[in-house]
Amino acid sequence: MRLTEGNTMNENRNVKIRVRQLSKVFGNQPKKALELRDQGLKRPEILEASGQTLGLSHINFDVFEGELLVIMGLSGSGKSTLIRCLNRLIEPTEGDIVIDGENISELGDKALLECRRRHFSMVFQNFALFPHRTVLQNAEFGLEIRGVDKAERTDTARNALKQVGLDGWEDAYPNQLSGGMQQRVGLARALANDATVLLMDEAFSALDPLIRGDMQQELLELQHRMQKTTVFITHDLDEALTIGDRIVLLKDGEIVQIGTPEEILTRPADDYVRRFIEGVDRSRILTAESAMRKVRATVRDTDGPRTALRKMREHGIDSIYVTRRDRSLMGLLEADAAESLVKEGKESIAEALTQDFRTVGPDEPMHHLFAMFTAKRFPIAVVDERKRLLGVVVKGAVLDELAQAAKEGGN
Amino acid sequence: MAFDIPRIPLGRWIEGGLDWLTSEYSMVTRAISRVTQSGIAWLNDMLMWLPEWALLAVIAGLCWKLANLRLAIGAVAGLALIWNMGLWEPMIETLTLVVIATLVAVVIALPVGIAAALSERLYRAMMPVLDFMQTMPAFVYLIPAIPFFGIGSVSAIFATVIFSMPPAIRFTTLGIRQVPVELIEAADAYGATRGQKLFKVQLPLSLPTVMAGINQTIMLALSMVVIAAMIGADGLGSEVWRAIQRLRPGDGFEAGIAVVILAMLLDRLTQSLRKSRKR
Repeated sequence: MRLTEGNTMNENRNVKIRVRQLSKVFGNQPKKALELRDQGLKRPEILEASGQTLGLSHINFDVFEGELLVIMGLSGSGKSTLIRCLNRLIEPTEGDIVIDGENISELGDKALLECRRRHFSMVFQNFALFPHRTVLQNAEFGLEIRGVDKAERTDTARNALKQVGLDGWEDAYPNQLSGGMQQRVGLARALANDATVLLMDEAFSALDPLIRGDMQQELLELQHRMQKTTVFITHDLDEALTIGDRIVLLKDGEIVQIGTPEEILTRPADDYVRRFIEGVDRSRILTAESAMRKVRATVRDTDGPRTALRKMREHGIDSIYVTRRDRSLMGLLEADAAESLVKEGKESIAEALTQDFRTVGPDEPMHHLFAMFTAKRFPIAVVDERKRLLGVVVKGAVLDELAQAAKEGGN
Repeated sequence: MAFDIPRIPLGRWIEGGLDWLTSEYSMVTRAISRVTQSGIAWLNDMLMWLPEWALLAVIAGLCWKLANLRLAIGAVAGLALIWNMGLWEPMIETLTLVVIATLVAVVIALPVGIAAALSERLYRAMMPVLDFMQTMPAFVYLIPAIPFFGIGSVSAIFATVIFSMPPAIRFTTLGIRQVPVELIEAADAYGATRGQKLFKVQLPLSLPTVMAGINQTIMLALSMVVIAAMIGADGLGSEVWRAIQRLRPGDGFEAGIAVVILAMLLDRLTQSLRKSRKR
């Protein structure tokens, strides 16, 4: 089987945070709980036997520089504990958390404060804004704690507020803002701080669905622009699939699967993951047809290169599908090729077509499409049994469709 | 009658302890007494040096600025009535005692309250002590005050401070403990030190509650300062005390009304201070 994009990329990316053998026991006899765990007991049995709660056990994963890693699990899976172990808001019982070569688990009090200031910004589920501070003062908080001087931190905070679309609200107080805007302030506070890692703890879960969707898109944009290493916690599969470069799936304090959204959806590691994403009627929803988009413009094989170029300009595209009289697909004409045809004074476009794209039938299962995207740079053409062009599938549409299907399946 | 259980000499033990304190620490208590006495005299002289109308104007202005015009008008009317009844000087004396007792109480209460909020152990140790301080009949404090500080205003302030301090401590502790954990977590996540957490998050957020405690302290201080007339404190209390001894209900009510006016004024003023701080 082909390696999916996520895996091939992992090999040459820098590791930002390395988590090894991390475990957390809640209770006063952590050693005992870990012994029981090593004897093969599971969480409920350990609780029964020792009164200790095994919050996390043997957690191993890496966070790569610049990626958006989603840690996903249902309530009680340990995801909130895990994100708090990263900056030691919760003290890990055993294991190592190494950021840029520095082992956080071994830091003394002072070094820990220093490490939190340098490396971590955090966004919280219920915003956790300071009600006695203005929006600007909230955004300044991290810098103020670090001792950055007034003029500089105000400048940085204003900039961060602008990035999240809150310019003009600097002097308002948090209680004057809607939930979505409050979380933007939370995000601005994190961005202004300019730490190397952004921790987001169910950051969008308290927002209503419409606003949540907007915030997810904005986060993706921000992330794309700033390439900030982000660890995002959620219980929502839809959200995880939409925003995650990779997903760590937690269950009962243990990792069940790590992978790209595609991998999780197409090759669930076990029944638990499968149940998570099941309920989706793959044969009906997850086909090329469901993610297909209508083709905005095509040209006929008898059209000249000038016509083709004009249509491409009109629709703002740089390649166009060419069909025959019976609407069957002949090939794809790129703008460059059409231009050279014009220069050379040729009238027939048939010889300049490229076949460097995939064609699939409308019933093609969605998960077959992923691999095709990495192989070819053009959208996938969907054709019927008589080779007539029905539409195209672009990569984003596939993910949206999968996420949507997963969400409906979950309901 | 058949059971002859020996009486536990609790009272004698306490007396012994107090005697010992008095003789061992008389140097300290005398010094405190002298300093406090001069503080009282200075503040009292200052307030008396101002002509009545000037002080009235200052207080009215303060009311207007911190609260509203209505309180300012009320203050002028009330204080003018006191002036008219010829109780201006005792009113000033009472005010002086209240201000100094409250200051001392707050200066002690704030750090103690903060410490109790931050340390679970101290919190558990403090609570019964506070219960004791508050439920012990106020008069009882007057008795040991005399051997410590002698008859007069300093003893009155000593008793008043002990009696009026608990709410300020309690409310400070409460206010800090009420700060939502997620805000503390946010401060921690951004690498705040204990001091930064306290001054940038915990104290500002607990300020309304702390102010409510200080308001309570002022009210208790006022009531105690009046009672303290029994051990020779000057002020409106001694007017009431004199009226009782001479059986003159008219004089007694006049002085009593003056206390009520002062109490309402101080209460509204500190409450508006609390509200204006809160957004």
